[in-house]
Amino acid sequence: MSRQTGLYGLMAEFDDVNTLAHAVRTTADAGYAAIDAFTPFPVEAISETVAEARGERHNRLPFLVLLGGVLGGIAGYLLQYWASVIEYPLNVGGRPFHSWPSFIPITFECTILGASLSAVLGMLALNGLPMPYHPVFNVPRFALSSRDRFFLCIKANDPLFDRVNTRRFLERLGPQHVAEVDL
Amino acid sequence: MTPETAIGPDGKPPLIGPGHTFATVTDKISAMVLTQRTPRVWWVGFAAGFAGVMLLLTTITNLVLRGIGIWGNNIPVGWGFDIINFVWWIGIGHAGTLISAILLLLRQQWRTSINRFAEAMTLFAVASAGLYPALHTGRPWMDYWLFPYPNTMGMWPNFRSPLIWDVFAVSTYALVSLLFWYVGLIPDLATLRDRSPTRAGRTVYGMLAMGWRGSARHWQRYETACLLLAGLATPLVVSVHTIVSFDFAVSVLPGWHATIFPPYFVAGAIYAGFAMVLTLAIPLRRIYGLQDFITMRHLDYMARIVLATGLFVAYGYTMEAFGAWYSGNTYEGFMITNRFFGPYAHLYWTLILCNVIAPQALWFRKVRARTGLLMLIAMFVNVGMWLERFVIIVVSLHRDFLPSSWGMYHGTRWDWGMFVGTIGLFLTLFLLFIRFLPMISISEMRTMLPEAAVKEEHA
Repeated sequence: MSRQTGLYGLMAEFDDVNTLAHAVRTTADAGYAAIDAFTPFPVEAISETVAEARGERHNRLPFLVLLGGVLGGIAGYLLQYWASVIEYPLNVGGRPFHSWPSFIPITFECTILGASLSAVLGMLALNGLPMPYHPVFNVPRFALSSRDRFFLCIKANDPLFDRVNTRRFLERLGPQHVAEVDL
Repeated sequence: MTPETAIGPDGKPPLIGPGHTFATVTDKISAMVLTQRTPRVWWVGFAAGFAGVMLLLTTITNLVLRGIGIWGNNIPVGWGFDIINFVWWIGIGHAGTLISAILLLLRQQWRTSINRFAEAMTLFAVASAGLYPALHTGRPWMDYWLFPYPNTMGMWPNFRSPLIWDVFAVSTYALVSLLFWYVGLIPDLATLRDRSPTRAGRTVYGMLAMGWRGSARHWQRYETACLLLAGLATPLVVSVHTIVSFDFAVSVLPGWHATIFPPYFVAGAIYAGFAMVLTLAIPLRRIYGLQDFITMRHLDYMARIVLATGLFVAYGYTMEAFGAWYSGNTYEGFMITNRFFGPYAHLYWTLILCNVIAPQALWFRKVRARTGLLMLIAMFVNVGMWLERFVIIVVSLHRDFLPSSWGMYHGTRWDWGMFVGTIGLFLTLFLLFIRFLPMISISEMRTMLPEAAVKEEHA
């Protein structure tokens, strides 16, 4: 439907975080699932309600970070083992080739490096960033979402979405404005 | 200069001046980058810093042309200004990570207004530090040999050496600090994109913000990423200076071979770093009128950390002397006697004055409430921490085991030139940062305002 109408969704603007929190709750309770809220700073309660409404309870990032850390650590240790024992065994002051205590610092650093890279790249990838174009920026007042305004968007691809009724619904939540978001 | 008298709800002065809203916080911090006229002092500082960068380039050119013989390093003192300055700079960087990571995990909200520029300080200090070992190799164009990679020589680094541990620790630290800093900047870059009056500003900040739109789902993953990065950066920062101390402690030289080195180096790093944060914060808040954001309470807390870590460092000095005496080892005993009364004794006692005696003034609330005095003490610590590394490195090396191999060390003008040059580099990068990026995290400052609290019934 959204493809035909050229409409991404409807965007309501609020001037207060509590009004938005209440609006998101009400929208979720009304059964809308394709929703998103936009805030100038992280608001845990709103993020949780949105995730719940969209049926996305999981946050996969911690798992990715664990995986990155474990892989980084294993790779770091194996690199040292392979170089010092197999590929280039060098007698340094009679120390064993497999001097594992000496390999700990680099293994540790590689663990941190793998985990940190996964945290940053994983966060960006799961968020779909970088994203050069997004329809929400077609609403001129949306620029205020990075200053002091709070936005709630109901997407046109939601099964309950109706251009007129959804607009009426949003207007009852106490917004400053409701705007149509073009694709 | 006068201590602020306003009292917040917790019975302490507030962390953010009264009367601010989301809009005023955003506008004030972004205006410093986007619209406000660049203060004259900025240009003066930039001119000085840029002159320093030119001096640095001159010294590097001469070094590459003529080799490290232009430095004062010579046997028995094979490590001189290069390693002193490396350790000094890298130590300074540690406070930035401490503020951004450890204080985040400890939920110390006061860190919010100082973490951004402290992290920037970390990056630029690590960049300045990294130059020294890279150039000390003598053939810096071969520095990629430091990294393990398959090569036609069929050789690999010796992983049993603390020096290769250092390569991994410092490069990981530099990369993770950069990532942490950049991730923190993303929401603010979006603010600058949305508020920039020029097309160029919108384009550049827009590309750097990567399309950030403040989506509730994005914030959730963003917060998780920041928290995990903080958890990872905390052991990392401790490991970095620990490994730097291994460069010394793993050797068998009296004055270096001490088990107290890792904790003593980490405490010294935080001590030096907080002194540098004070050195930067006090002029910044004055020049840019940031007294509402970097309050006297912030300066007071930082001064207390300087005092506490200063006491750790003083304990380290004491234990070094005690260990030398208690071991009964002739060489250790000679090392400490030589440190107290030898040819470099004046530097040792100046170090004690700067690092142990001067910061004791911070016990007094009246001293902590005076920015001029805080700045003075921070300067003492900056100098003292440099002297500490001089004493550890040069004074331990210059009296070798046999009197026939004794020598003296003095930095040449090229040593001094490069040191001044890296201070110029640091200053230049820092001033460019405060000119083009928000020096205080706007999105985090918004969360500090009372209006950011969501009432329970909506949660």
